[in-house]
Order: sequence, then C-alpha cells, then structure tokens
Amino acid sequence: MLIKQISVFVENQKGRLADITKALADQNISIRALSIADTTDFGILRLIVDMPDDAVKALKDQGMTVSLTNVLAVAIPDVPGGFYSAIKTLADADISVEYAYAFITPKANNAFVIIRVEDNDTAIEAFKNNNVSLLTQEEIFNI
Amino acid sequence: MRQYYQAEYETAPRNHLRALQSERLIKSVYSCYNNIPFYRKKLDEMGLHPKDIASIDDIVKLPFTYKQDLRDNYPYGMFAVPREELVRIHASSGTTGKQTVVGYTQQDVDIWANSAARAIVAAGGTQSDYIHVSYGYGLFTGGLGLHYGAEKLGATAIPVSSGNTRRQVTILQDFHSDLICCTPSYAMYIGETIKDMGIDPSSLPLRAGIFGAESWSENMRKEIEKALAIKAYDIYGLSEIAGPGVAYECAEQSGMHICEDYFYPEIIDPETGETLPDGEYGELVFTCIGKEALPLLRYRTRDICALSHEKCSCGRTLVKMTKTKGRSDDMLIIRGVNVFPSQIEHIILELGMEPNYLIIVDRINNLDTMTVQIEMGDAVFSDSVKEIERIERKIKENMQSVLGVSANIKLVEPKSIPRSEGKAKRVIDNREI
Repeated sequence: MLIKQISVFVENQKGRLADITKALADQNISIRALSIADTTDFGILRLIVDMPDDAVKALKDQGMTVSLTNVLAVAIPDVPGGFYSAIKTLADADISVEYAYAFITPKANNAFVIIRVEDNDTAIEAFKNNNVSLLTQEEIFNI
Repeated sequence: MRQYYQAEYETAPRNHLRALQSERLIKSVYSCYNNIPFYRKKLDEMGLHPKDIASIDDIVKLPFTYKQDLRDNYPYGMFAVPREELVRIHASSGTTGKQTVVGYTQQDVDIWANSAARAIVAAGGTQSDYIHVSYGYGLFTGGLGLHYGAEKLGATAIPVSSGNTRRQVTILQDFHSDLICCTPSYAMYIGETIKDMGIDPSSLPLRAGIFGAESWSENMRKEIEKALAIKAYDIYGLSEIAGPGVAYECAEQSGMHICEDYFYPEIIDPETGETLPDGEYGELVFTCIGKEALPLLRYRTRDICALSHEKCSCGRTLVKMTKTKGRSDDMLIIRGVNVFPSQIEHIILELGMEPNYLIIVDRINNLDTMTVQIEMGDAVFSDSVKEIERIERKIKENMQSVLGVSANIKLVEPKSIPRSEGKAKRVIDNREI
C-alpha cells in the first residue's frame, strides 16, 4: 500500500528541471505524477515514477541529492465529493496531511491523489475501514 | 597513579628550563650550520655565525624557516645526519602541494615518544591502560606517534588505525580500551556508530580520549564527551617538528603544555615577524632544540594561537598554548571581525553536513557581506521544506553566535562547488582592497 516517492533537491536555477527530467528520460523512466514545493532559495521536486529504484540510481549517478519517502496513492472516484470523502476519513482518524497532489490517468473513472501523512499505518487502517482504495506500487507501474 | 611522565622536565623551575634551552639551542645552531647546506647558506648570507648565539634570547637573530623551504629541498635535502642514522621517515599528506618529508634518528623517535607519553599521562593514562589508537598508521605521524608514546609509557597499545568503524566499537567493548586517540571528527563518527549499534557509551570501559590533528572547538569537545561518555583532551603536533605530543592538555584543560625542553615556541606577528607577548594571538613558530635529523630553526607553522606562562593548577611549568584558531593564511576580516574558514567548517560539521562549502565575500554599499554556499548532501536532505529551512536557520544562527558576524546561507546542489586536487579553495574574495 506504500508508494515510493522520490524527492530531489533543486537549486533555483535555470535548466535544473530539464536536467532532472532528462536524466530520467535517458533511463526510460516514466513519470506518473509530480509536484514542486518551492521556497525563495530552493525547491523540492517530488516524483512518482514507474521504477523508483532505477530513478534514484539514475539521479544519484548525475550527482543529485535524492531521498525516498513512503506516501499513499488514494483512488478517488472522479465525481464531486470524491476527494472530500477521502480527506474526511483522515480527519476523523485524527491524521494530519503533510501535503497532497493529484493526477488523472487515461484508464478508469478514478483520479489519484498522492498524500503524505505522518502516520502511514493508521491512515491505511482508516482507509480500509472506510472502503477507500489505495493503489499499490505495481498498479502505479502498470498505469 | 603517577601525575607526570617526566616530572624533572614537566615541572622544572623556569630558570633550569632556560639554561637547558640555551645550551640546546647553541648545539642545534651549530648542527644546522655544519650539516645542512640550506642553513649554512642562509646564515652566511645574513653574516650570522653559530658563535653569535649565546643564549635562548638570541633566537630572534635566527632566520625563519618555511614549509616551502622543505619543499624546495624535497625529499631529504634538509636532514643534518647521514642516512645510516635515520630510523624513520614520515611525510605530510600534501594537501597544499608536494609532500613535506621529515626524518628521525633513534634519539629523535625517543624524544617524540616521550612527548606523546607525557600527553597520555596528562590525560590520566597509566601503564595498566589499553590505549586504542585510531589515527591512521603510515606516513602520517598520528598513528605511530601515539603508539610509540603508549609503549614508551609501558601501557598497552592497540594499533587499530582508522576505518571500519563498527569494528572500532566492537574493539572498544571487547578489548577493554581505556583511552582512545583519534581525530575529533572521527571521534564524533565513532560516537554516532555506538548509538546506531544501540550501545550505551557509559557501559564501555573507555574513560578518556586524546584528540588532535585538526582544530576543534569547545563545542566539539562537549559533543564528544557526551557521545563517548569520556573526558576529551586536546593534543597538538606537526610532523615538521615531531608529531603529536609537541603540546598536550592537562586536567585543567585551559591550554596545552608545550614540550619546550625540545620544541621552543614563539608567537610572532605573521606580517612583520615581530615577537608578540603572552596573551596575544599570532603565528606559532617552533625551534627544534635537541633533535638530530631535522633541527628546524624558527619554523613557521602558520597556526594561530597565543601563549601563557601563568601558573597551572596541574603543577607543570611548561608554557601553555591556546587551541589553534586556524592558519594565518586563511584568515578573513569581515566587517572588522576575524573569521577563519575552519570556524565555518566546524559549524557545518556540527550540524551533520558534509564540509563542502564556499565562502564568497563582497563589498556592497561599503559594507562587507559574506555568503556561505553549502552543498546539500543526502545526510541532511529531507522531503520536508520546513525541515530544510530549519537547518538553514540553524546554520545562520550558529554562524552569528560563533563568528560574531552574520552570513547569508545558500544551499546548493552536490558537486556544484568546484573540487581541486590540491587544497580546496574555500574562499572567493571579491572585494578590491
């Protein structure tokens, strides 16, 4: 149920994003979702890719600072209120959300939201009890 | 437990020391003049002859010796003895260029070993102790220096050398190490490893450590004492003079006693060469009095410190030196404040970051500004912006409190700061003064 998310440290300079995405493209790695957290001085690029371990290697070989974080990929029915139900589940279980970003796939009627929470185990439990679907690493690979 | 290793010298009355130093200096100058072409030429050019040296006070007449002189005479050009008399060669790591090569006769090795033994006893070491030596063994004087000191004392040397840190910890436990000798930064690493292995440091027999070969702050000392549950002592030395043990800390821990019966110290103004009084910071200069193979005269160490002849509660009468601040050629003046890159390095290290940094100094609107670029490495990187910003803030705060001057911090990507094969260029000074 845990999805590996790659975080890359990015200096605020032209061309850095291009370098990072090229490093991945050269290794035939597909990006499934991405988000950038930015400050004045630097940014953190967060990526969900199909082959996270290969991606980490590819980026480290290029001398980049990379870390892996375990996040959750929640399947949201693509209708109004879909996201609300998932978030309410977390709120009711007293779980804080650190950040979230959404992506849509060509298949199915679901949107997917990547959520980072402080307590993965409790969140997984809460989602299970409320029939909220989580994607597995393999399902991400197969999108 | 004996208090001093060589009480006769360590607690000698000052006038006895002076007489000994005068006698030894004269002999050394004769040896330099008669046996080392470099010094003969220099003294002749100055119109100086060994007979002009009547006492230790005449030391100011003698010329300075620089690291470059050793390099110019690489490898063995400055030895005063024939090769048959040499029993040991050591060399510096050569971070600033060609390796500096030094040599020792048996007597020189004994002088050095006695100095190191003094250091071990001053740190509370005894003949029954297991001395764990984690300095590198090899051309570097660290490992063999403390090793021979331990054996000279009659203690038991465990020549672990550096590296294989988990095994270091196992040895600390199983081999009953009482005292450890290594660099302060390695001591920190061992401390971390002890923690990672889930071991309580106070459960180890280890009770003290002697740390040197790099400048370290009082903060670093507290960190090490906590991480290893020991008392941490300082030691100073350089291969050109002997090795570790040239100066050593006693229980009072307010400076290091210099073995001035063999290594006579002076503090000079690095610009003018003028001798400075006690308490004033300047460049540390050593004259070897009594060594046979390489009796350097007024060798400029480029280390900055101050001397004190104040009475020490330990009873030793040997002059004390403060911890070294850094090298004279490294110092910056930012808004009137003296800043050493090594101070910045220690702040960075203390926060668990790799010491890959670049200091950029500018003058904007008649005001000096300093920006420190620091590479963001894996060890400290996290997925949280909040966390990274917290570290940035901490670095800034620490710089302000330690240096007394504020710096801008810019976190940069790994490998973006240029590496070099010689000494890493730590400073870019854009000011045109």
